Amino acid sequence: MWHMLENVAIQNSLITAFAAVGIIMYLSTHLSRRLTFGRVHASAIAILIGLGLAYWGGSQTGGKMGLADIKLFGGIGLMGGAMLRDFAIVATAFEVRAEEAKKAGLIGVVALFIGTVVPFIIGAGVAYAFGYRDPIAMTTIGAGAVTYIVGPVTGAAIGASSDLMALSIATGVVKAIIVMVATPIAARFLRLETPRSAMVFGGLAGTVSGVSAGLAATDRRLVPYGALVATFHTGLGCLMGPSVLFLATKYLFG
Amino acid sequence: MIIYGTALLAACHLIGVYLGDLLGAAIGAKANVGGVGIAMMLLIFARLYMHKKNLMPKATEAGAAYWGAMYIPVVVAMAAQQNVVAALKGGPVALLAAFLTFAACASIISLINRMESPESVAAAKKLLAELTPEQ
Repeated sequence: MWHMLENVAIQNSLITAFAAVGIIMYLSTHLSRRLTFGRVHASAIAILIGLGLAYWGGSQTGGKMGLADIKLFGGIGLMGGAMLRDFAIVATAFEVRAEEAKKAGLIGVVALFIGTVVPFIIGAGVAYAFGYRDPIAMTTIGAGAVTYIVGPVTGAAIGASSDLMALSIATGVVKAIIVMVATPIAARFLRLETPRSAMVFGGLAGTVSGVSAGLAATDRRLVPYGALVATFHTGLGCLMGPSVLFLATKYLFG
Repeated sequence: MIIYGTALLAACHLIGVYLGDLLGAAIGAKANVGGVGIAMMLLIFARLYMHKKNLMPKATEAGAAYWGAMYIPVVVAMAAQQNVVAALKGGPVALLAAFLTFAACASIISLINRMESPESVAAAKKLLAELTPEQ
C-alpha cells in the first residue's frame, strides 16, 4: 500500500511538489499568524522551512540539490529550478508600473555596478586575510561573493583549481541564503518600501535567488522591481570578473 | 482564452532569454546578460500595447497572472533545493566573505534609499497600495 502510494508520488513528481509546497505554505501561514501574530511574513517562514528541508535532504543524500535529491521530492527540483523560477519572475512583470521602473532606471544601473565591485573587493579581501595571496584565488573567491554563478564562471575562465571554485560557490550560496533570511529582518533599515528602493536593493544585493526570496518575504509587491535589476547582476559579474576585476587584482597583487 | 496569456508570457520569456544570450555572446560575458530582465520589459510593453488595443480580456490576463501568483511557492521550492550543507561547510572564508558582503551592501542600500525624497516615497507607497493586495 505505502509502496504504491510512494510510486504514484514519484511518478508524478511535479504534482507531488505542488502538494508539498502547498502544505509548507499552509503551515507557515498558520505559524506566522499564531506564533508571531503576523509580524514575521508567512513567506519568510516558508523559505526558512524550505532551507531547513534543503539541509535535511542534503545531509540525508550527500547530494547538491537539497530536498530535491530525495527521490520522493524530485519534483521540487523542477518546480524551483531555473526554468520555472524565471518564468514566474517574468510573470510578475505583469504588475510593474512602467513609469516607476523608468524613474529608477539610472539608480538601478549604478546599484548594479556598486553591487558587483563592492562584494568582489570584500570577497577578495577576506581571501587575502585568510592567506590566499595569489590573484587567481583572490579573484575566484571575490567573484563568488558577487554571485555563486559568477564565481565558477570567473574561476574557470582564469584557470582556478576545483577546490577554489567550490569555496567560491560556497561563498555565493551563503550570501544568497543570508540575503533570503536577513532581508525581511533588515527591511526597515534598508528602507525597502518603494519600487525605487527595491530596484536599488536588486542591484546591490545581487543573486536572483537571494533578491527574489528576500523581497518575497518582505513585500510581494516589490518583487518585480527588484528582480528586473537583479537579473542583470550575474551577467555583469560574469563580464567583469574574468576581465576588469581580474586584471585589477593582478595589477595590485600579482 | 487563458492559454493566450500563458503563451504571451512564454514567448516573452523565450525571446528575452535568447536576446540575453546574444547580448552575452556579443560582449564576451560567457553568460546570459539580463535575459529575464529583457523578458520582463517585453512583457510590460506587450501588456501596455495590448491593453490600449483592447486585446487583453480577463481570461488572457489570468493566464499570465497565475504564474505571477505562483511566484512565492516557486521560490519556496527554490529554497528547498539550495546546497545548504555545502554552504555551511564552506568554512570561515565563505561565511565571513558572505556576511561582510551583505553588511556592506546593506549599508549602501540603506544610504541610497534614504536619499529618496519623502514626497516620492509617499507617492510610491500610495501607488503600491492600489496594486493587488498581498497574496
